[in-house]
Amino acid sequence: MTIAVRPRPALRFRGRSFMALVLAPEVPLRDWLEDLDAVSERSPGFFSGRPIIADVSSLKPSKSELKFLLAAFKMRNIRIIGLEGAAPENVEPDMPQQITGGKPAGDIDIPDAADAAAAAVDAVAPLDYQPSAEKSLMIEGSVRSGQSILHPEGDVTVLGSVASGAEIVAGGSIHIYGALRGRAIAGCTGNARARIFCRKFEAELIAIDGLYKTADDLGSKFHGQPIQVHLDGDSIILQTLD
Amino acid sequence: MAKVLVVTSGKGGVGKTTSSAALGAALAHGGDKVVVIDFDVGLRNLDLVMGAERRVVFDLINVVQGDAKLSQALIRDKRLENLSLLPASQTRDKDALTEEGVARVLSDLREKFDWIICDSPAGIERGATMAMRHADVAVVVTNPEVSSVRDSDRIIGLLDSKTEKAENGDRIEKHLLLTRYDPARAERGEMLKVDDVLEILSIPLIGIIPESEEVLRASNVGSPVTLNNPASAPGRAYFDAARRLKGETVELTIPSEKKGLLGKLFGRRAA
Repeated sequence: MTIAVRPRPALRFRGRSFMALVLAPEVPLRDWLEDLDAVSERSPGFFSGRPIIADVSSLKPSKSELKFLLAAFKMRNIRIIGLEGAAPENVEPDMPQQITGGKPAGDIDIPDAADAAAAAVDAVAPLDYQPSAEKSLMIEGSVRSGQSILHPEGDVTVLGSVASGAEIVAGGSIHIYGALRGRAIAGCTGNARARIFCRKFEAELIAIDGLYKTADDLGSKFHGQPIQVHLDGDSIILQTLD
Repeated sequence: MAKVLVVTSGKGGVGKTTSSAALGAALAHGGDKVVVIDFDVGLRNLDLVMGAERRVVFDLINVVQGDAKLSQALIRDKRLENLSLLPASQTRDKDALTEEGVARVLSDLREKFDWIICDSPAGIERGATMAMRHADVAVVVTNPEVSSVRDSDRIIGLLDSKTEKAENGDRIEKHLLLTRYDPARAERGEMLKVDDVLEILSIPLIGIIPESEEVLRASNVGSPVTLNNPASAPGRAYFDAARRLKGETVELTIPSEKKGLLGKLFGRRAA
């Protein structure tokens, strides 16, 4: 590391994809709102903490109707993060953002009464205990120079080695059973709890959650050792696996 | 006034990367601010030859595509503070180089450096044309053998037609750098003679770099030959070439075989 004053790191923008719940009001609106209230009653907290989009393309509301609808959501503590299908002239600056380009992603089950209690517990449980739907990627051989493995959904396991000039970019942790001679970039979608493991450490660069260290920064202390890398606050910690 | 210099050849393995690093270091040694850019996207080597491979974070493609700032990607040499490197990406290909992006990067670099040396990839496709596109000066690296000379001839044609200068009706300044010259083999007629090469290519000669183990030794320790061993025959030849690039008149001698009695007895070659 140079002693010189380091410029502030560049602003980091990360993408993340969430499943949004889409509410598509239908006429008669009164009946539709009653059904909505019934769901809230059966499973309290079903609408809290979820990204919710209001799709009004089939309703085609006028400006006053749109205002009424948004007020009705507000009254029920349903926070709308985006509007889909509203005519631009009816959208005022204080209304939610206009959103386009959504892709259908299957139905979200409305919990029935039996699940209500569990759902209520779920709503307050910390994130750590939610079963993750992360998929991990297994690479049986080695990753050669110039190859770039991008897997933002979860962990990546490499049974062989990662060559100099190759890179693994994972949303979760990276496990390498051979030598790591290239780049390992873990937690790329903003996961500070991701780790990097390898049996022989000769990396060009390691990064977790956007913080990185080059081979030059790391020196030769861990060269050739089996190590794990994790984050502690804003510093990258290397430990030998013994 | 910054100069963009492209080091090109058409043929692979003639010594473009070695020459880019050696000329860059020699020019920087003379006090100029120099940046060497690796245009060989997908097969980067310049960082290895310059001993900076352990410090690469961002690369040319990141800057061209706007993912990183130029200041983040430039690697300053640890031995010469006015020598910098802009490395290539290993995991992308030449298609990632956009016309506008490269033009923007070069115009930004023109404000900061005296010399911008573009190490061209081999071939005559996108990577090579991108590297030469904005050049003011070209160094055509050629080995004294027929296939290399023919490829150099092809590249000279491209320099006169595909560069920005050529399209604006100007002529790009071209120089011939003869590398891996083996006086003993030239003597035996196993290699083209300097005059033959010059007659075919008819561009001014800027230097003759003798074939030497010193070049391989330098690239294996990650140091340009002009820094690693400035007093060696190739080191001196590159220093002279750099001075000629700057417009100085330096006498050019064709390396010849200097064999003493011992050499004749044991067949040792002069370096």
